Formats: sequence, structure tokens, C-alpha cells
Amino acid sequence: MKAFARLYEELDRTTSTNAKVAAMAAYFRSAPAGDAAWALFFLTQRKIKRLLPTRVLWELTLEMTGMPGWLLEHCYAAVGDGAELVALLVDRPVDRPPAEDLSLERWMEERVLPLKDMDLAAQARAMREYWSDLETLEILVLNKIITGEFRVGASATLAIRALAQVAGVPQPIMAHRVMGDWPPSAGFFQHLLAPEPEHRLDSHPYPFFLASPLEEDPASLGARAEWMAEWKWDGIRAQLVRRGGATYVWSRGEELVTERFPEVIAGATHLPEGTVLDGELLAFRDQVLPFAVLQKRIGRQKLTPSILADAPVAFMAYDVLEEGGEDLRERPLSERRARLEALLARAAAPALRASPVVEGSGWPDLARVREEARARNVEGLMLKRLSSPYRTGRRRGDWWKWKIAPYTIDAVLIYAHPGHGRRATLFTDYTFAVWDQGELVPVAKAYSGLSDAEIAELDAWVRRHTRERFGPTRAVEPVQVFELAFEGIAASTRHRGGVAVRFPRILRWRKDKPAAEADTLDSVKALLTARA
Amino acid sequence: MDDLVVSTPVGLFCPAGGFHIDPWGPAERAVVTHVHADHARPGSAAYLCTEASAPFLRRRMGEAAVVQGTAYGERVRLGGAVVSFHPAGHVLGSAQIRIEAAGQVWVISGDYKRAPDPTCPPFEPVRGDVFVTEATFALPIYRWPEPDAVAREVMAWWERNRQAHVASLLFCYAMGKAQRLLAELARLTDRPVLVHGAVAEVSELYRQQGVSMLATTRVAELPARRSYAGELVLAPLSAGGTPWVRRFGEREIALASGWMRVRGTRRRKGYDRGFVLSDHADWPALLRTIEETGAGRVLVTHGYTEELARFLREGGRDAGVLATHFEGEADV
Ligand SMILES: [Zn+2]
Ligand SMILES: [Zn+2]
Repeated sequence: MKAFARLYEELDRTTSTNAKVAAMAAYFRSAPAGDAAWALFFLTQRKIKRLLPTRVLWELTLEMTGMPGWLLEHCYAAVGDGAELVALLVDRPVDRPPAEDLSLERWMEERVLPLKDMDLAAQARAMREYWSDLETLEILVLNKIITGEFRVGASATLAIRALAQVAGVPQPIMAHRVMGDWPPSAGFFQHLLAPEPEHRLDSHPYPFFLASPLEEDPASLGARAEWMAEWKWDGIRAQLVRRGGATYVWSRGEELVTERFPEVIAGATHLPEGTVLDGELLAFRDQVLPFAVLQKRIGRQKLTPSILADAPVAFMAYDVLEEGGEDLRERPLSERRARLEALLARAAAPALRASPVVEGSGWPDLARVREEARARNVEGLMLKRLSSPYRTGRRRGDWWKWKIAPYTIDAVLIYAHPGHGRRATLFTDYTFAVWDQGELVPVAKAYSGLSDAEIAELDAWVRRHTRERFGPTRAVEPVQVFELAFEGIAASTRHRGGVAVRFPRILRWRKDKPAAEADTLDSVKALLTARA
Repeated sequence: MDDLVVSTPVGLFCPAGGFHIDPWGPAERAVVTHVHADHARPGSAAYLCTEASAPFLRRRMGEAAVVQGTAYGERVRLGGAVVSFHPAGHVLGSAQIRIEAAGQVWVISGDYKRAPDPTCPPFEPVRGDVFVTEATFALPIYRWPEPDAVAREVMAWWERNRQAHVASLLFCYAMGKAQRLLAELARLTDRPVLVHGAVAEVSELYRQQGVSMLATTRVAELPARRSYAGELVLAPLSAGGTPWVRRFGEREIALASGWMRVRGTRRRKGYDRGFVLSDHADWPALLRTIEETGAGRVLVTHGYTEELARFLREGGRDAGVLATHFEGEADV
């Protein structure tokens, strides 16, 4: 556990990509395979189910230290990270000798995972014991793992790069090997390091190719004839894998979501063995339905007949990566597209559709078509180079997303919350409101979009203009106006204002605008009708 | 009974004795706990401090200043009060101030710590009716590791950077913290250390008072265009981010401070490393000290005052906040 905690600290400490890769590679080389497997599991952003909520750790901390709740909250304001807060309060008293170091694998398998089957009292007893065996940083790491919040200061791509170095295989091959669901075991890790993959797991998807946002005029891409245009769907990106007589559906988050989509699985039985399609899961009845409908479907634990009827789903395929067991990713898109259409025509399954090619002879024509996007419940257009292979990860040049402008509103800052991680001691999360009959009604929570300097300035302002405190949250004087952008809007009964916005972010700080001139709830709701 | 010490616009004032304690504005007579800039300010007509503080104060205030030094424990009559200084363990010369008048004893802690420090005499608990305590780190998250363990961490960091041929730039308070580091490291190595001029000046005064530390060389005395790979450099925080640091080439930067206990603070301030080394009392030391003074009433200044006072009150103690100007000073 000590070596893994040190790796965590090193990744947290350095901003240099090379240093991060070097630290991970050194760990993979020196750690026992079972530890390395677990480390890779976490470094590739995989998570174990939350075993205990942070709240329980806090209660345990209060019990152990005997401190009052308000003091814990003041401490939280100074630390800004729940797992670290607990570590700083319960860590080993200076006079106690450190316990023997146990490997990460044994920690996970003998101590962490068994928490799942304990009752609350036994969990509490176990946690006390664990904490007393560890140093501050190890407690922090343990707490984050147990609360399902473990994240490291390095992307999965960097971890894969480090592992590719250690194994001496090209990075895309390593990316493919670590995809999907696998048990973090010594055996699996050794298998990863093998010079040639001994066998391929049937269920494995390919690494997704991701589009980059197009910020310039599409004319900069060259001749229109070299490009294929499709709608940019607002659904769940997924790969449909048909191998070994079974079907697997993988979301882009590398989550196996097969059982959520029975109608797609039924359709997939019409596909030949050895087929992998890339596409989008969408709520669909004669036409694409809003994302909110799809959400209804995902949010349910049990798929009742009425949910299946209310939120039917289709798989909108736009690429074929494997046919007859053959990897097609190096073939040009034009060829893959022709194969895809033929494949789907033969399957003739209504739940499997080919994402239509959007016509339009020149770029200006296409720009006009793109204006229909909002009415069609899509986010804009995708532009794909007809001669391009199917690449790995976000590589600029061949796939572009040409989105329509998001919705924007001017809203007033009403609450500030402390951030997490790097921004732990700053107020970086904000709640915004708009006017409704002389009252401010919250409509969005947003945290991204401000520069570090603006965050610091706003943080100082929040501290000086706090009206009321609710734990770590500050209610501030309602004077600061911000322009917010969001990708979507839907009616909602769960939100006070009656609307829910999707992916809100801050576009700019409108210091020029008095709060009284911020948007009203009516003008926000008008966006709803604009959509329908 | 009237309070022996009250808060005024220029700082804490003792009406019976006619003197101010650590005033931040001009005063007739200033009684100074220690020579950190937020406690010892220029402009007063006369200063009373410990013997060990006097040379620092004279250098700071200029030769014309009236500075009187007195031994720890010696009783000095000021007006209707008897004043004495007692070790606070904060930095060389730091003191608590005991004031006796009208049948009451008040003890003003100044800044203090309870952890061992080879550069100054340890804190001595002083019994009194009222204890005025600092609260810089008065939250339970602030608990310090053993200083010699921290010194070993600094050594390991320096060693690692030596092997990687990069300079180790360690920022710290030039008065007190730098010398404490030099004295702690002297137990682990005899390699010389490079220092910024501000650190060198204070260290010289420490040496004159018999404090033994690692040998130091001023960066300014070294030839230009020299390599600093593998060197350890101590510098005040004010030198951070200035052109002065560019000469060190490839480097790691670290800060030695109690604030480094919280990761977010280190990251926000952009240091590669943080060493948890403080010249202030941590949470357990604050509570233990308050207990040991036997004071029936506790007044809190300087730092997390509301938190400490409320915690004490909830524990059944008579405690309140004494407003001072020190709040928000960069106390590291
Ligand atoms: Zn001080
Ligand atoms: Zn101070």
C-alpha cells in the first residue's frame, strides 16, 4: 500500500506528463503483478462500487475524535476534500510505530472488498483498525477507494502509455488489451505484458475514435466531396460486439450496458458472427426522441414493460470495425460505410439503423442543413474524412464535430461551494439563479469555464460578500452576473424553476451587467418551446 | 475587576502598566513578544524585549531606537504592573509576557510552540488567571509530525534531487524557521547549504548567540554562472517567483510550513513539495498548554480564534476572542 500511496502522491505532485508516465512505468516494473493489476485498474479510471458513503466515515471520525460536528465542518472548509479531512483527523498518533506494510492486492482482497458483506458495526470496527495501521497519505487513498471517489492526477491514456513502454508493445495495442471488463489479478497483468496476445477476449470492444470540435470554417477542411456528413446524435456512444454467439454492448465509459437494451440485443441476433459496430444508443420511435427520454430509461433499476414502451431504444450505427472476425479499422471509411449499409440491410432489424448520410452539395448548403439540428433533437453535424481509417482516441484531423451554438442565458450567482482536489480551498462551484416575479430561482450549477485568475478573484469576493453559511456553502449577495451556456434544456418537476439544463458551463463573467438585467425564468422557458 | 489588558486601535494595551504589547502603531512603550515583523513594528518610542531578541530588534529598528533587553524570568516594574518574560519556544528570543497588577496575573502567549527546537529554549507553562493564547493552527487537522522525522524527509528530498542533478530550493521564514532547519539538518549531514541574504543575516545573529547550525554560504557571494545542481538553497518566501530564483536552473521548490499539512494548500501555492514544520503550537499542544496554565479565563487572538474559543466554551471554560490586527498575516 505504501508504494501505491507514493505513486498517487507523485502523480498528484507533478504536472509533467513525462514524469507521470515515468512514475507509473517505474511502479509497473517494480510492483508485484497482483498490485500492478489493481493499480492499473484504478489508473485506467475503473472504480469499485462505493462500499461506504463519506458521511459514514465522517460519523466514525466524530465518534473517534469526540469533536463536535461544527468543528468538523470548519475543518472541511480548510481542507476541501472529505477523504483527506478524515485522514488528517484520524491518522496515526505520532508516538505509534507504523504497522507492517501490506500489499495493495492484499489490502483490496482481504480488507477492502470484504467490507461489502459486513453490517455497519463491523464496517466501523474494520475502518478503525485499518486507519490505525496506516499513514496519512495511505488513509487518504484508502478512504477514496472505499467511497468510490478514487481518482488520480493522470489520464488512462498516460497509464496505457506507461504500460506499453514496460511491455514493449505499441500503444494502440496496449489500449486495446486493457479495454473492457477484466479482473484485476496477477494473471491478467502478466497476460497484458505478453509480447503477442495469446488470445483475444470475445467480449472486448475496440478503443473508441473520438471527434474533435470544429472551431474554424469547414471550408478549411478542403473539398466537400472528400467528407461525409452525419448528424451528431445526442445519445450514448456505444460499440455493439457480436462474437461467440453472444452480444455485448459497451458504452464509451467502457461499461458493459448490454442488459439495459434488450431490443438492441434482439436485433443483434440477426447480425453475422464476428461483427463489431460503432454507433449511438438513442431513444427512438419513428424519429429520435429527446435525451431526457433516454435518461428515463437509464435511470431505472428495473426495466418494466411500461418503461420499454415509453422509452424505446435503437442503435444508430455509423461504422463497422469488424466483419467476419476481420479487423476493418485500417480500411477507408468509404469502404466501411458501404459494408455497414449492406450488413444492416441483410440484418433488417428495426432496432439497428444506419445513421443517415446528410446530403448537401457544398459547405454553405451543409451549414443551412445544420440549422435544423435543434428541431431534430441532434447536436449538430459530424464531418468524417472518407479516406480515413478508424483511429484510436482523440486524434485531430479526420473526425470533426460541428456543433450548433449552445443555449445561453445571463444568470446571477447566489451560492458558492468549495471545490475539490486542486481547487479544494477555493470556492469554485457555483449555483446560479434567474428572476421570477422579483425572486431569484436557482436554475443551474456550474463550475468550469473561469480562468484561474477569475476563480481567485471570485473566491475573494465570495469571502467578503457572504450573507449566510450552510456548512461549507456560502449564500452570497446576488450581484454578480455570468453568461452560462448549456447543451440542452428540459422541463423538470424536480427542479424549483421547472426546468433542467444539461452540461451548463460559464462562458464569461458579465461584470458590465447589473443583476437586475439578468434573464427571467420566462425567457429561459422560452428556450424550451423553441426546442419543441 | 478591570481587565489587565484591553484591545485598542494600535494593539493590546495594559492600562495599569501604561504599555502596549506587540503594537502595530506607534506607542509610548512597546513590550515585544518576539521579533517577527507582525509583532515587532517600528515607530514606538521605547521597546522592552528579551535579551536574546534585543540584537534583532536593534538591527531592525536602527541604532537610534531605544531597546531594552531583559533576562527570562526577571521582573521589571512598569507603572503599576510587574512584567516578566518567559520562554515561548517559537523562535530565538521569543517570550510569553506575564503581567501582574491589582492582584491579577495575565499571561500573553505571543506565538509559541511545544515541539522541540534546537535553536531556542523550550516553552515554559506559566500559571495565571487569564491566558491570552494564539490560535494560528487551532483546528484539529493540524497535528505536527516529529521535527526530526521532517528533517529526514528534507534530507531524502535533497538527496534525490542531488542524484537527479537539480537544485533544491526550500522556502521558509527567514527568521527562526531557516535556522531551525539548519540546526536540525546539522544532525544529519555536514554538507554546507546556500542561503539568501535575508537568511544569512539572521543566521549570523543566531551564531553570535551560540546556536550551532550547518555551515552556510550566501548565494550572492558565489561566482556568476555557477551550476547549482545538487545544492540545497534556503530562501525567504518573498524571493519566490522573483528573477532571483532563475539562476538555479533546473530545480524543485518546496515550502516548510505548518500549512503544508493540507495537500490543497501546497498545490494551490504551486510547490513541488511541502514539509510540515511549524513554529506554532498544533491543536493538541494548544489544548494541553491552556490546561497547564491553570487559567480560569482564556482569550484567543491570531488565527482560528472563533473556533478555539467556541470549542473551549463548549468544554465549560470561560473563553472569548480578543480582536487583534494579526489576522490574515502570512504566518508560516
Ligand atoms: Zn511569530
Ligand atoms: Zn505571529
